[in-house]
Amino acid sequence: MPEVLTAPLVVEFPFTRSLGPVQSAFLTGLRERTVLGVRASDGRVVVPPTEYDPVTAAEIRELVEVGTAGTITTWAWNPAPRRGQPLTTPFAWVLVRLDGADTALLHALDAPGPDAVRTGMRVRIRWAAERTGAITDIACFEPGEEIREGDAPDEPNSAEPAAHSGEFPAPVTGITTPARLDYTYAPGRAQSRHLQALAERRITGERCPSCRKVYVPPRGACPTCGVATDTQVEVGPRGTVTTFCIVNITARHTANPDIDVPYVYAHIALDGADLALHGRIGGIPYDQVRMGLRVEPVWTEGGRFPDHYRPSGEPDADYDSYKELL
Amino acid sequence: MHEARRDRTGEVTRKAVHGTARDRTREVAIVAFAQTDHRRRTDDLSEVEMLMPVLHDVLGTTGLKTADIGFTCSGSSDYLAGRAFSFTMALDGVGAHPPISESHVEMDGAWALYEAWVKLLTGETDTALVYAYGKSSPGEVRAVLTRQLDPYYLAPLWPDSVALAALQAQALIDAGDADEPTLAAVAARSRADAAANPHAQLSGPVPAGDHLVRPLRPGDCPPIGDGAAAVILAAGDRARELCERPAWIRGMDHRIEAHGLGVRDLTDSPSTRLAAERAGAFVPPVDLAELHAPFTSQEIVLRKALKLDGDVLVNPSGGALAANPLMAAGLIRLGEAAARIHRGASHRALAHATSGPCLQQNLVAVLEGEVSHG
Repeated sequence: MPEVLTAPLVVEFPFTRSLGPVQSAFLTGLRERTVLGVRASDGRVVVPPTEYDPVTAAEIRELVEVGTAGTITTWAWNPAPRRGQPLTTPFAWVLVRLDGADTALLHALDAPGPDAVRTGMRVRIRWAAERTGAITDIACFEPGEEIREGDAPDEPNSAEPAAHSGEFPAPVTGITTPARLDYTYAPGRAQSRHLQALAERRITGERCPSCRKVYVPPRGACPTCGVATDTQVEVGPRGTVTTFCIVNITARHTANPDIDVPYVYAHIALDGADLALHGRIGGIPYDQVRMGLRVEPVWTEGGRFPDHYRPSGEPDADYDSYKELL
Repeated sequence: MHEARRDRTGEVTRKAVHGTARDRTREVAIVAFAQTDHRRRTDDLSEVEMLMPVLHDVLGTTGLKTADIGFTCSGSSDYLAGRAFSFTMALDGVGAHPPISESHVEMDGAWALYEAWVKLLTGETDTALVYAYGKSSPGEVRAVLTRQLDPYYLAPLWPDSVALAALQAQALIDAGDADEPTLAAVAARSRADAAANPHAQLSGPVPAGDHLVRPLRPGDCPPIGDGAAAVILAAGDRARELCERPAWIRGMDHRIEAHGLGVRDLTDSPSTRLAAERAGAFVPPVDLAELHAPFTSQEIVLRKALKLDGDVLVNPSGGALAANPLMAAGLIRLGEAAARIHRGASHRALAHATSGPCLQQNLVAVLEGEVSHG
């Protein structure tokens, strides 16, 4: 049983989205400390507003201004805030029905502890100091005024919300939301064995017990037979270029900071393998690389895998010897 | 399906498909089911290495080879793997060369089963392989699942899956439908039942523990783990050849609710009830229900929506509280229900699968053992 290999893998992307007319008005409104809702086909005021009716899916555009205070419809106490959440100290997740709205908005409530929170509680918006036109312009909610004697907790404000044009100077038309997820990548049994052999400057494939083909790099399964490949086979290190392309685009990547364009990226059939792998060809001008060129891997000092392949100096291979591996 | 009748909205096509289902010109059954032992981590295995024994198991049950399968459909998620098109790597395990007829849903495998069922109803093929897998161990699943939320109003706040379930649980408590001891009893029953399920990740007594997100404690939440499952579907006499007592799919439907949590009544699941009605779950009644309820509070919502009374056996497998491999746990509900019919332990069973926060999307299938027609 080889050692299980793992490596950190970070997926990070600034998701950039355009906004429709209703979302644009709502998020621009937040920047201006104004909360807008939209009237649905059944007369309900939906906050946060949607562009399509939640029931009929008809397009809806009739904007209204609702209050900046409201009532908690349900809540959950979060004792251990996680990365990206609105507050770094323990807080309550809340669904809040703002005054004049018929649906609830999800956000965080800054409260000293779960005993200070209850359904029906009055809360108000705490605005972020710097607002850009995003849901995070609401920093969080905070406890609001107590319900007056005689008021029904469900209907603290029954006044009809006022119509709003949704027009503001310099409307926000898009948002950029950074997203980051952290993983620990584990390549599994077959690829771990292959990677460990590469670090020892050996190239190994695995043979299918059914069709006898040797796959390199092995992924643990034969795509023809659908069975596990389990027999280790040493292949190469020399091989034949079966096909190639000339790359003219500089890719910014930590693995190849110093590669000048143009360079050649090739499919290479290693001796003894039944599948071509791919790699960069170096040590020869890019315009002299050809099908049938014989190559060998080059490890750099301390490298865990071949940095590139270079001509081995042998005569070119006959086309018939690699035509099945194109 | 009748392509010629498709209009711009797709409405006519949808009716045509459902019409075919109701006509029941073909009978389709689950004839085999297999699953992994579900584990907290499987660092020693890639996805395809985890999946392959399950595929061999389910094929071996029927004596079919991959080349005999008419249609293959799978469910998984790139966000669990952290890699684009991650499902293509798993295709090595089903022998996708030379080319096969294949499809994939970026969802729980229960929806892949739905697609395969429709394919069989069209008469294009007689057999289908459906598989699903998920490894939650490489990432932080509570963070990963925030990426399925509305990207404008919800995702920027990173509300995690436990927090959203906790909001639903509190709504139930406020409505008087549950209290914390009721929730704990669901956890205890699930874990006790799981003791008889060799594949379960967790079984036995549930430690109370502190609130993870109040009102939910660790026992109210599903375990995080890795696992896979597969079923084989077959039509008509082909099903009878492959299985002594096929689990016939008498109806299946799936429905979705508004994505805004504040628009919905979180104490109810009208989408589940509607799907169950369309699948024919209420008449005649079922004797077994495999519910995909990753949180204890969700079982209470589903029982209410489906009007399940004490006569119906619920989640004898232990359910998702005992093992919840994401993207496979819903398919496992269909597989567990079918397996009980195969064994003669159930005559008519309901299987439910969910996806999304707070039971947003729901699928219901009704499975039945052989009955005489006439």
